[in-house]
Amino acid sequence: MAMPLESPVTFSNVGKVKWWRRGIFASQTGYVILALLALMVVMHFASPYFFTEGNMQNVAKNFSFIAIATLGITFVIITGGIDLSVGSMMCFSAMITSMVMVELSAPGSAFVHLAADGKTVVANVPGLIFLISVLAGLCAALIVGLINGFCIAVLGLSPFVTTLGMLSIVRGLAYVVSNGRGSFPGGPDADYFYALTSGDVLGVPAPFIYLVILALAMAVVLHHSAFGRHVFALGGNEKAAELTGIPVVRVKIEVYVICALAAGLQGIIISGWLGSAPANMATSYELNVIAAAVIGGANLAGGIGGPLGAIVGCVLLEVIRNGLVLAQVNSYWQQTLVGVIIILAVLVDRIRSRMT
Amino acid sequence: MASADTTPVLELTGIGKEFGAIRALHDVDMHVHPGEVVGLMGDNGAGKSTLVKIIAGNFRPSHGEICFGGSAVHFSRPVDARAVGIEVVYQDLALADNLTAAANVFLGRELKRKFGPIALLDHKAMASRALELFGELRSETRPDDLVKQMSGGQRQAVAIARTRLSNARLVMMDEPTAAISVRQVEQVLGLIHRLKEQGVAVMLISHRMPDVFAVCDRVIVMRRGEKRADKPIHETSPEEVTALITGAKEAA
Repeated sequence: MAMPLESPVTFSNVGKVKWWRRGIFASQTGYVILALLALMVVMHFASPYFFTEGNMQNVAKNFSFIAIATLGITFVIITGGIDLSVGSMMCFSAMITSMVMVELSAPGSAFVHLAADGKTVVANVPGLIFLISVLAGLCAALIVGLINGFCIAVLGLSPFVTTLGMLSIVRGLAYVVSNGRGSFPGGPDADYFYALTSGDVLGVPAPFIYLVILALAMAVVLHHSAFGRHVFALGGNEKAAELTGIPVVRVKIEVYVICALAAGLQGIIISGWLGSAPANMATSYELNVIAAAVIGGANLAGGIGGPLGAIVGCVLLEVIRNGLVLAQVNSYWQQTLVGVIIILAVLVDRIRSRMT
Repeated sequence: MASADTTPVLELTGIGKEFGAIRALHDVDMHVHPGEVVGLMGDNGAGKSTLVKIIAGNFRPSHGEICFGGSAVHFSRPVDARAVGIEVVYQDLALADNLTAAANVFLGRELKRKFGPIALLDHKAMASRALELFGELRSETRPDDLVKQMSGGQRQAVAIARTRLSNARLVMMDEPTAAISVRQVEQVLGLIHRLKEQGVAVMLISHRMPDVFAVCDRVIVMRRGEKRADKPIHETSPEEVTALITGAKEAA
């Protein structure tokens, strides 16, 4: 066992990979960041409004509206899975939140007792209704995420089929509970709700602040915790992960729960900005979210992805949308362009990995 | 060999295994000493992999007894076998390509540092320990390189370093030289020598006669679920082993 510790290995035959061929520089995320910067420079010259404070705030707010869910789905994509139910989950979670908020504020329901002053008891504690209703919304998402994870990890169903079914189930439930009408945040705590979801702090939109905090937390979890390491191992080689004793089932369930919670939180934030949670809210957002993750460099085959890529993908989508509006291009072109960019981003990465 | 007088690290007596009506193994006795390299040979369906899976804890034997380090053991899961010091290097190596060498070595047993209630990975400690292990194996492998970019020999070194981490006393290698180049075969056989030097018992499951004769002290030949031969390598020849494997010669 005892070997001299100073330089135990000599590397005469094995060269070191150059710094510009490793890490971020050799990843799709790196290329997309370059493309994004180039696009922003072009936009600056194309429209004097692009780099104004108001427009930047707008961009920051708009991409934050899908970026939190993109962070969540990135976990799932790294393990080699997919979650198609995020759009429905956003709607359902937002709807439960606003329904609970209204229910707790209005006298007359079975759970709510009136205090002496004629208001409901919970309404007399500032912020309590808000807290309970947001937790209720997240709880709904948590349950859906657990069911997704259970079906995929324990029953062994394919992630695509399971979450496709869940997309329909959850959307259907959203219509059922609201009778198709949707719901509106209301009651004494609605002001808190709007302030915390669509307000801003010193000119920085609140959703953007949440996004930054969550992205930093995600970076730490992915790269500096055993859980994150296991998420990557699962996407790299699931059999190896199992043989080395990683609790594969638990990790899988956890990523679907994380994804569901992120989508739920995202839905609640969007409903604050919309001022309502209509039953058709966030329809087909799952496609935007997956597109953003893939453009940012997450690999649908698993094993690759991260918070920076997720955010960059969302920013790129939003800058293009914003740019087309500023350039007064017919906004119907937007979808077409997004599709082209998805394919281009993946194509460039494929060409690069062929070359090295 | 010099190690022949010590107590065997692994001793099997009368091991048998039936799958329904199929008799996969019948009355196998064998023993492996510390620092000994034993070649396990046999044609497809001879019972090699069943035997390995019983030792590794994937299957429970229908009959017989396993002694490890002098005491009887009963494994119900692979984790149990690993706990006493039996490691398997799988044919496909069970590596995650998208992770670094160090990450693969420590997969499932990451070193962590506590920051209050949060335990974060200790990258530095894992990298230096991995480098130490690669040094012991004399493999030119950088802990921070991705496994994706590595040669077959380096990948073997990573898989073997994993077994060294737990100070395994018996390492079973399933066809380690099946799919790699000639130069890398040389490296892998070198790795087996390193394990032997450190007193680890190695069981080499292989089809490749030259490899077995290059590194093994003893060769065991299986045929139709039974042990047909168990000979020191210098008392036999590739021709005899081939005859035993094919059945041209019944037993030796």
